[in-house]
Amino acid sequence: MNTLFDKIWDSHVVTSVEGGPDQLYIDRHYCHEVTSPQAFNELRERKLNVFRPQKTTCSPDHNIPTLHQDRPIADPVSRNQVETLAQNAREFGLTHYGLGNEKNGIIHVIGPENGLTLPGMTIVCGDSHTSTHGAFGAIAFGIGTSEVAMVLASQCILQPKPKSMRINIEGELSPGVTAKDIALYIIAQMSTGGATGYFVEYAGEAIRALSMEERMTVCNLSIEMGARGGLIAPDETTFNYVKGREFAPKGETWEQALAYWKTLHSDADAVFDREVTFQAADIAPRITYGTNPGMGIAIDEKIPAEETIDESGKISFRRALQYMGFEAGEALLGKKIDYVFLGSCTNGRIEDFRAFAQLVKGHRKAPHVTAWLVPGSQAVARQIRAEGLDNLLAEAGFEIRQPGCSACLAMNEDKVPAGKYAVSTSNRNFEGRQGPGARTILAGPLVAAAAAITGEITDPRTFL
Amino acid sequence: MIEKINIITSSCIPLPQENVDTDQIIPARFLKAVSREGFGENLFRDWRYDKEGKPIADFVLNNPTYSGSILVAGKNFGSGSSREHAAWAIAGYGFRVVVSSFFADIFKNNALNNGVLPVVVTDSFLADLFRHIQANPASTVTVDLAAQTITDNTSGVSEHFEINPYKKNCLLNGYDDIDYLLSKKPDIEAWEISHQ
Ligand code: SF4
Repeated sequence: MNTLFDKIWDSHVVTSVEGGPDQLYIDRHYCHEVTSPQAFNELRERKLNVFRPQKTTCSPDHNIPTLHQDRPIADPVSRNQVETLAQNAREFGLTHYGLGNEKNGIIHVIGPENGLTLPGMTIVCGDSHTSTHGAFGAIAFGIGTSEVAMVLASQCILQPKPKSMRINIEGELSPGVTAKDIALYIIAQMSTGGATGYFVEYAGEAIRALSMEERMTVCNLSIEMGARGGLIAPDETTFNYVKGREFAPKGETWEQALAYWKTLHSDADAVFDREVTFQAADIAPRITYGTNPGMGIAIDEKIPAEETIDESGKISFRRALQYMGFEAGEALLGKKIDYVFLGSCTNGRIEDFRAFAQLVKGHRKAPHVTAWLVPGSQAVARQIRAEGLDNLLAEAGFEIRQPGCSACLAMNEDKVPAGKYAVSTSNRNFEGRQGPGARTILAGPLVAAAAAITGEITDPRTFL
Repeated sequence: MIEKINIITSSCIPLPQENVDTDQIIPARFLKAVSREGFGENLFRDWRYDKEGKPIADFVLNNPTYSGSILVAGKNFGSGSSREHAAWAIAGYGFRVVVSSFFADIFKNNALNNGVLPVVVTDSFLADLFRHIQANPASTVTVDLAAQTITDNTSGVSEHFEINPYKKNCLLNGYDDIDYLLSKKPDIEAWEISHQ
């Protein structure tokens, strides 16, 4: 009567501290340039080596420019952080896919596409969207820099076991509704702190029907309702995706691995601390109106009236609307927007580019809109070219930039100016996330595509 | 080594807003440093300073009426990214304790790993505390880690708070997790052999 989560967690406990956390063995550790330098310093100060260097993979992503990657990074501080990661990887003997490397990209995009992320693993990274890898039936979660140092030094961290929650999405999705809409719907229902302390398993017919990339989008956003992470039991969809990837097991080891992976599901009598069920039919294309991902509505709904907001949430609600320049109770359809961002570890994979390209095909980008289309990795960029999507998008007035985190967060050159509205396929609409004063409206790739051609918030279903 | 905590009595800095996320605590553009120093200066940067770098008078950290090593914050403090820089900024500014009715998970862990004690109180305790601080900015709170109690010294009302016994021990003694994990190397190697 174990949950999927229990099965993976329990098999990775090395010791348990009395009255305290479990010492959890980590199978895969991903590293980017922002949250790791202080951890490497700590190793140096304590005169420690990396305990299992082959289990850590590094890729710079947050700071890198999305144009002219062949030139040195212009901002000296960003350049220093990116170079520091390369130096640390060299000094400690770690795999590093640096700028310009054919495997470079957002760490949560390159792990899965190279077969480094596998079912049944424990995976950590100094990054909250590590939850993405849960799509494979792995326990994957973000850690802080002190914990990065722990993993480097001992391949373990100390963690109290979280509580378990299952979220079921029953039935079939309606046309024009994407995985991002499922996630934004769940977060709005649960609120941004609603799953704090829990590790979530996503289940139900609508989840089973999702592709691997769509599952990654759903798991990616788990953290936005406070969950420690989210995972989905592996099935044929998972196995077909993993098979043949560079670092996936091969031959006899593949057969052994597969036999084990097939045991990775919650038992029929497994008990969850909390269980919630939603109907797929209730989910429409969605957007956010406020400054956290839980402040969202169906695209054709109105912003809630202030009376409907909890007393304790009123300050944040008012502040959010003031920041966004919106009024309580108003509709957002038809609002003029300035920027569109397709990309990030949430929606920067090939299927997102296919969906976007499909919708804009035969139309033109609205002249006043600045559109940043940023592949999540070099491999995604190659695939876009291989499928001719770049030409199709160029005909519609769009350019593809070079891979990286880009406008997901304002650490590189892609910043949305103060006061401007950006329809963004990323994961956070916090104040200033895309640049000081930037106003972010989170949405899926179809809503972004529709906004890019009309220049205003538009229901993508009108283009289907 | 982290700085030890046992009993702290201090006046408080109130931040009643809910859902304060880590992008507000320390905006992403300050994450480019490669050391742990200097983050306190940019704590709540965009709420604290305007575009020209001038202090915004009505933000609480710029209000000389309020001071102390205890930050009292609205529900769901520290949501968002896993950046430990948020905890470094809080610690770097000089806070030793953050009081709220609810914390985001990763923030709580990061705070504990940096010698900052997150204390979870009930909604009513928090609401009273905000009122007392607003009425009298010199109001103090006492946090006793060993006893796991927090006392609002204006009303004398005390509450028990939860903390993982292992983490409590670490904070009381100034130990950190790496020391513990390094002592477990033989267990780790044994685990690896049995899971090949
Ligand atoms: S794309 Fe955004 S959320 Fe994902 S790793 Fe990069 S900065 Fe973080």
